[in-house]
Amino acid sequence: MKIAVCISQVPDTTTKVKIGSDGKSIDPSGVTFIINPYDEFAVEEALKLKEKQGGETFVLTLGKDSAKEVIRKAYAMGIEKGLLIKSETELDSYAVARNLADVLKDINADIILCGKQSIDFDNNQVGSLLAEMLGLPSISVVVGLTVEGNKVRAEREVEGGKEVVESTLPVVICAQRGLNEPRYPNLKGIMQAKSKPIEEKQPAYTQNKIEILSMSLPKPKPKGKIVGTDLSAVPELVRLLREEAKVI
Amino acid sequence: MSANFKGVDYFNIDALLSEEEKMIRETTRDFVNKEVIPIIEHHNQAMTFPKELIPQMAELGFFGPTLPAEYGGLGMNNVAYGLMMAELERGDSGLRSFASVQSGLVMYPIYTYGSEEQKKRWLPAMAKGEKIGCFGLTEPDYGSNPGGMITTAKKSDGGYILNGAKMWITNSPISDVAVVWAKLDGVVNGFLVERDFKGFSTPEMKGKLSLRASITGEIILQDVFVPEENRLPNVTGLKGPLSCLNQARYGIAWGVLGAAMECYVTALEYSLSRIQFDRPIAAFQITQEKLVWMLNEITKGQLMCYKLGRMKDEGTLKHTHVSMAKRNNCEFALTVCRMAREILGANGILDEYPVMRHANNLESVKTYEGTHEMHTLIIGEDITGIPAFRADEKSN
Ligand SMILES: Cc1cc2nc3c(=O)[nH]c(=O)nc-3n(C[C@H](O)[C@H](O)[C@H](O)COP(=O)(O)OP(=O)(O)OC[C@H]3O[C@@H](n4cnc5c(N)ncnc54)[C@H](O)[C@@H]3O)c2cc1C
Repeated sequence: MKIAVCISQVPDTTTKVKIGSDGKSIDPSGVTFIINPYDEFAVEEALKLKEKQGGETFVLTLGKDSAKEVIRKAYAMGIEKGLLIKSETELDSYAVARNLADVLKDINADIILCGKQSIDFDNNQVGSLLAEMLGLPSISVVVGLTVEGNKVRAEREVEGGKEVVESTLPVVICAQRGLNEPRYPNLKGIMQAKSKPIEEKQPAYTQNKIEILSMSLPKPKPKGKIVGTDLSAVPELVRLLREEAKVI
Repeated sequence: MSANFKGVDYFNIDALLSEEEKMIRETTRDFVNKEVIPIIEHHNQAMTFPKELIPQMAELGFFGPTLPAEYGGLGMNNVAYGLMMAELERGDSGLRSFASVQSGLVMYPIYTYGSEEQKKRWLPAMAKGEKIGCFGLTEPDYGSNPGGMITTAKKSDGGYILNGAKMWITNSPISDVAVVWAKLDGVVNGFLVERDFKGFSTPEMKGKLSLRASITGEIILQDVFVPEENRLPNVTGLKGPLSCLNQARYGIAWGVLGAAMECYVTALEYSLSRIQFDRPIAAFQITQEKLVWMLNEITKGQLMCYKLGRMKDEGTLKHTHVSMAKRNNCEFALTVCRMAREILGANGILDEYPVMRHANNLESVKTYEGTHEMHTLIIGEDITGIPAFRADEKSN
C-alpha cells in the first residue's frame, strides 16, 4: 500500500516564544524547531501500517529549507521518501493544503496521515481541507486505527468518550495523541538518513486567503497571594474567592 | 529530575555539531528521559543493573556504534559517540559504564586485535546485545600498576591454561565472554574466556556505595583451558589493555559531562524555587557564585571534549590528551555534583533528586580507568619527560 504522511516543523513546546519586530510573526532566533508532535504519531502509524501490510512510505512538508530536518527525522524513524515544498514565506492553512493536494493528487496514496493540528498556529484545518480538495473522506482526532483490505476502522476521541467509525480507502486520517507511542529513531536510521535524498519543489500556490494582522503574548499571570499557612486563613480565603475572584 | 532536559549549552557549541550528531544526542536523550530516569533510582537502591534495557539499547545502536557496519557497527564518528555517552551518564554512570565496557573495552579489542573468526563470531552478537562482555585487567594486588599482574597463561596442547584472579570487573557476573589479560612467558596477552569454560567463575562484589546500578564482580580462573583460537592474535604487551582503556576513557571524559549537567540543571531549578529569607536562594550571591562555577566548568569541559572528539576523528589524538580530559572532567563533575548537593540543602541527600547518586557514582569514575593521580603523572611525564610514577625514573 502507498502511505503518505504530511508533517510540519514547529517550535519546540518548551520554547519561550517572542514576537518579531513586525508584530505579526514569531522571532525565530533562539527557537529550537521540532517535528510537530501530532505528526510524529502520524509517522509512527504509517510505519506500523507498512510493517503490517507492506508498502511504501512517503512524507511531505511545506516549509523553509530548515524543514528538511523534520524529513530527516522521519527518515531516521524509517520513512523511505520525502519531499520538501520549499516556501520561505509563511502560508496559511488553505495555501498549505492546496500545495499538499497538488502533490498528492498525482500520487494516488491509499492512505494519507497527518497530525490533527500543528502546535504552532493550532488551526486544525489542513487535514480536513486536504481531504476536501482531493475529494476523499477524512477522519479527525483519531486514537485507534485498523486497516483491513479496503476497510478502515478508526476510533475517535469525542467529548467525554470515544466513537468508532468506518470508511474505505483512500482516506485522510488526522492523528491524535494516544494513537500510538512514536519510536525513537535508532542510530542506524539516523546514520542512513543523511545519505537519503530529499526531493524539493516550489509551491504551486502562494496566495494566502487569511492575513495575520497582529500577534500578542498572553498577559503575564499576576503574582499569587498567600493568605496564610494554617487553618485560620480559610475564612479569608473563602471570602476572597467569593468576593474578589468570584469563582465560588 | 529533568525529564524534559534540554541540554546545557552556554557557548552555543551546538553550532559546531552536525545535524546527525545532534539527532543522535536527541535519541539518546529521549531514551534516557523515558526509560532510564523513571527507574534508575530503584536499581541504584536495589543494587541491580537494569538488564531489561539491554535489548532496547542494542536496537537503538548504543553498542559498538563506531565500528564498521560489517561487524554490526554504524560507522559513527567520535563526537556523536561522545554526545551519546554524555546522555547515558546523565541517566546514570552505571548505564554509561555498561556501554563503555561493551563498546570500548570488549568490542574494541576484538575488532582491533582479534582474528577474523573472532570478529565475526562476537561483534555482531555484541552489537545486538545478545552477548555481554567484560574486561579483566585489575587484580587484587595490581590496580594502578597492571603491568605487575600475576594472572598467567601457560601453553598447553591446543591452547592455554589460565590461572589467577581479577577484581573490580564491571559486568563480569552477567558476561558471556571476558577479555582477560594474562602473562604468557612474562608477556601480557589477551584471551577470550567464555562463560561455560571449566574453572571460570565470576562472583559478584557486594557492598558498593557507588555505581550501585552497575554490576561489578571478580573473575576467578582455576586451571581454565582456553583454546588457541580464543587468544587475541594481534597484540602483545601492556599496550593491548592500555589502548582499550584509552577508548573507554574517551567515553568517560564525555560521559561525566552528563552527570554534571544533570546536577547543574537540578540545582538551578531548585535554587529558583526554594525561598529563604523571603527570596529565592538563587538571589544570594554565594548561590550564584556556585551556579556560575558549575556552568563555567561544564562549558570548559564541553569545549575540551568537542576538540578531543574532532582530533580522534582526524587521527591526531594522543593518549595524553585523553588523560587530560578524563582527569579534568571527572574532577570538576564530582565538584559540581557536590555543589548541587549543597544548594539543595537537606533535600540534596534524598533519593528524590539525582545529585547524591551522581556524586557517589563519580567517586568510582574518578578512580577507574586510571585514577586522577595516575593521569596527572601520565601528563606530567609527557611534559617533563620524567615518569614520576615509577621507581626507576627513566623514561622509555
Ligand atoms: C566500580 C568500579 C568498576 C571497575 N571496573 C573495572 C573493569 O571493568 N575492569 C578492570 O580491569 N578494572 C576495573 N576497575 C578497577 C579500576 O580500574 C581500579 O580500581 C583503578 O585502576 C585503581 O586501582 P586500585 O583501586 O587498585 O587503586 P591503587 O592502584 O591501589 O591506588 C590507590 C591510590 O594510590 C594512588 N597511586 C597508586 N600508584 C600511584 C603512583 N605511582 N603515584 C601516585 N599515586 C599513586 C592512586 O591514584 C590511588 O589514589 C573498576 C573499579 C571500580 C571502582
